[in-house]
Amino acid sequence: MDAMFAVFQAATLALILALIYRPLGDYMANLYTSDRDWKVERGLYRLIGIDPRAEQSWPAYLRGVLAFSVIGVLFVYVLQRTQAVLPYSLGLPAVPEGLSFNTAASFVANTNWQSYSPELTMGYTVQLAGLAVQNFVSAAVGIAVAITLVRGFARRGSGTIGNFWVDLFRGSFRLLLRLSVVGAIVLIVGGVVQNFTGFTEITTLAGNTQSIPGGPVASQEVIKLLGTNGGGFFNANSAHPFENPTAWTSLFQNVLMLAIPFALPRTFGRMVGSNKQGYAILAVMATLFVVSLFALSALEAAGNGTAPELAGGAMEGKEARFGSFGSALFGTTSTLTSTGAVNAMHDSFTALGGMMPMLNMMLGEVAPGGVGSGLYGMLVLAVIAVFIAGLLVGRTPEYLGKKIGPREIKLASLYILVTPTLVLAGTALSFAIPGIREDVESTSIWNPGIHGMSEVLYAFTSASNNNGSAFAGLTANTPWFNTALGVAMLLGRFIPIVLVLALAGSLAAQDKVPATAGTLPTHRPQFVGLLIGVTVIVTALTYFPVLTLGPLAEGLN
Amino acid sequence: MSSTRTTVRTHWVALRAMLIFTAVLGVAYALVITGVGQLVLPAQANGSMLRDGSGTVVGSSLIGQSSTDAEGAPLPEWFQPRPSAAGDGYDGGASSGSNYGPENADLVAAIEERRAQVAEFDGVSPDEVPVDALTASASGLDPHISPEYARLQVARVAAARGLPEAEVADLVESRIQARDLGYLGDPTVNVLELNLALAALGE
Repeated sequence: MDAMFAVFQAATLALILALIYRPLGDYMANLYTSDRDWKVERGLYRLIGIDPRAEQSWPAYLRGVLAFSVIGVLFVYVLQRTQAVLPYSLGLPAVPEGLSFNTAASFVANTNWQSYSPELTMGYTVQLAGLAVQNFVSAAVGIAVAITLVRGFARRGSGTIGNFWVDLFRGSFRLLLRLSVVGAIVLIVGGVVQNFTGFTEITTLAGNTQSIPGGPVASQEVIKLLGTNGGGFFNANSAHPFENPTAWTSLFQNVLMLAIPFALPRTFGRMVGSNKQGYAILAVMATLFVVSLFALSALEAAGNGTAPELAGGAMEGKEARFGSFGSALFGTTSTLTSTGAVNAMHDSFTALGGMMPMLNMMLGEVAPGGVGSGLYGMLVLAVIAVFIAGLLVGRTPEYLGKKIGPREIKLASLYILVTPTLVLAGTALSFAIPGIREDVESTSIWNPGIHGMSEVLYAFTSASNNNGSAFAGLTANTPWFNTALGVAMLLGRFIPIVLVLALAGSLAAQDKVPATAGTLPTHRPQFVGLLIGVTVIVTALTYFPVLTLGPLAEGLN
Repeated sequence: MSSTRTTVRTHWVALRAMLIFTAVLGVAYALVITGVGQLVLPAQANGSMLRDGSGTVVGSSLIGQSSTDAEGAPLPEWFQPRPSAAGDGYDGGASSGSNYGPENADLVAAIEERRAQVAEFDGVSPDEVPVDALTASASGLDPHISPEYARLQVARVAAARGLPEAEVADLVESRIQARDLGYLGDPTVNVLELNLALAALGE
C-alpha cells in the first residue's frame, strides 16, 4: 500500500516535470539567444556601464564572473560583520569573522552550507539583502556558464561566447524572479510564513511559554529551491513546518528544485539544433535519478540498523507528515541537484541510506544537477564518453560536430578531478593534521565511531560539490571547518567554471565537421548507456575506497 | 597597466550590478511578497495561529508544543506529541533534529527509555508503542503524531479528564487527517488541534 502511494507520488512529480520540459526549456533557449532587451534592461545596462550587444571572449566572460563573485563575497561578508547596526537584525550581534567568511563563500558558490543556526545568528537584513540576493544571482551565474558551453557547441568559428552581464540580468530577472513571485505565493497558500514580526511569545495550551518565529520566509524559500541553493531560513530547513508545512508543499518543493535542471537539456537541444540531443541527456539524468530514488526509498523503508530496528522503523529525524518516502524523495532530489535542502535529517538515515545522498553528490551532481552546473557537468562527462568511445574504435572523437582534441580532453579531465581532490584531501587532512585531528574528534564530530568519519566525509563532499546539505550533527562552526570548507566551496565552484568557460571558448572557435558514417551518434540509447556507464564508473572508482571506511562499513557491519 | 584598468573597470561594473540586484531582489521583491501575503493570505503569512474558545492565541497549528508541567513531566490530560530535540523540547527558537546516527548508543538508550515511559504512562504493552512515539522529528517542532499514537493515548486522556472513553476515541477518529490529495505523505493527527477540540469537549 505504502509502495503504491510512493509510486503515485513519484509519477506525479514526473508528470509535472514532463509537462514543463518543453515550455520552460524553450523559454530559456529563447531567453539566452534573443538579442532583444527590455527597455528597463537597457536602462540598467547603461547604469552599470556595459554595452549589451558587445560579445565577450571566454577570458572576458570569466573576468565578469569572477569580479561579480568577488564583489558578492565582500558584500555578504560586510553585511554579516555589520549586522549589529543593521535594521531588522532581531538584536543579533555581528557574525564572527570565520563564520562570516564561510557563509559568504557558501552563498556566492551556490552551496548554502550553513555552519550556523539561522534563528540564533542571522537577522532579516542579512537574510534578505545578503543571502537571498545570492540565491538569485549565484543561480543565474550557474545557468549563464552552462549556456556558454552550449553556445560553444552551437557556434562555429566564433571568438566569443556571449555577454556575461546580459546573461546574468536575464537569468535573474526574466527567469528566476518571475518564477519566484508565483512560487512564493503558492508556498504562502500552503502555510509558509511571510512577515517581519520576529519572535512572538505565546502561552501554550498546557500553560507553558513558547516562542513562535516569524520572518520573510516564503520569498526566500522559493528561490532557495528554484536556484538549487538550499540554505534554510530556519535551522531545520525544509523540515521546519514554517518552511514546508504539508506533504503537498513538499512535493511542490521537489518540483521547484528539479524544474530548471531538468528543462535545461531541452534548452541545450534547441540551441544546438537537435531536440534529440536534449532527450539523450535527459534520459541519462532521469535514469540515474530513478535508480537513486528507488535505492534510498527502499533502504529507508527497510529501516536496517540497531536504533531503527529497535524503534520499529527509521523515523528518527523524519517528520510525520512527510513519512519515509516523502523524506527519501526530498533527500534524493536535494542531493542529485546541488540544492542541499533537507526535510529530514540525513545524519539519522540508516547507514546505507545515508550513503545515498553522499553518492548522489559524488556523481558530480549531474542527474539533473544544480541549475546550470548540472548541465555543464553532464556535458563534460559526455565529452569524456565520446573520447572513450573514440579510443575503442580508433577514431578522432567528435561531439555535435566538434572535434574533441587534446585541449578539450585536458580541460574535461581536469574538470572531473577537481571535486574528488577537494573531497578526499579535505577529509584526509581533517584526520591527519596534528591539533586539527583532536579538535575534529572532540569538538566537531557528534556521532562516535565510523559514523563520525562519515560526518566529515559528508561535509567535504557537500562543500566541494556545492550541495550544502550535511550530516548535521557535525559542529562545523570551528576555525578548521569554516576555513577548509569555505575554501573547498570556492575552489569546487570556480575552478570548474574556469575550465568550462575555457572549453566553451575552444569549442566555439572550431568549425563544424560534417557527420560521416563513422561518427558516433549521440542521441541513441547506445550513447545514453555509455554516458551512464562513464558517470557511474568515474565516481565509483574514485570514491569506493573511502565509502568502505564510512557508510559501507557501518551498513554492512 | 591596461589589464589593471580592465580589472578595476570590471569590478566597478560588478559593484553597480550588485547594488541593483540588492535593491530589486533583496528589498523590493521581499516587500512585494510580504504585501501580497499580508493583504491576501494574512492567516497563513502570520503563522496559522490558533485561538482557544475565549479568543486567546494558544499556538500555531503548524508548530508542535509540549504538554508538560513545569518539571517537564507529561500531563495525562493532554495528548502528547513526539519526542523533540529542539532546545528543551518544542523550542520555537531552536528548531533541530537529534542527528543521532542509526548505531548511536545514546539513541538506542533513548528509544528504550521512551518505550518504557510511554507504555507505563498510557498503560499499554511496550510493543504496542508506535515508532513516532519513540523517535524525535527532524525539526523538533513536528505538530503531528500518527493515528496509532493518538489512539494509544485515548484511554489515559479520557481517564484523566473523567470523560467517556468512546467520546474521546470518536474525537480522535474525527481528527485524523488523510494523506494530502489522498496519496501524498502519511495520515496524521495534529496534536494541538486535537487538544483544543478536547478542551472544548469538556466545557
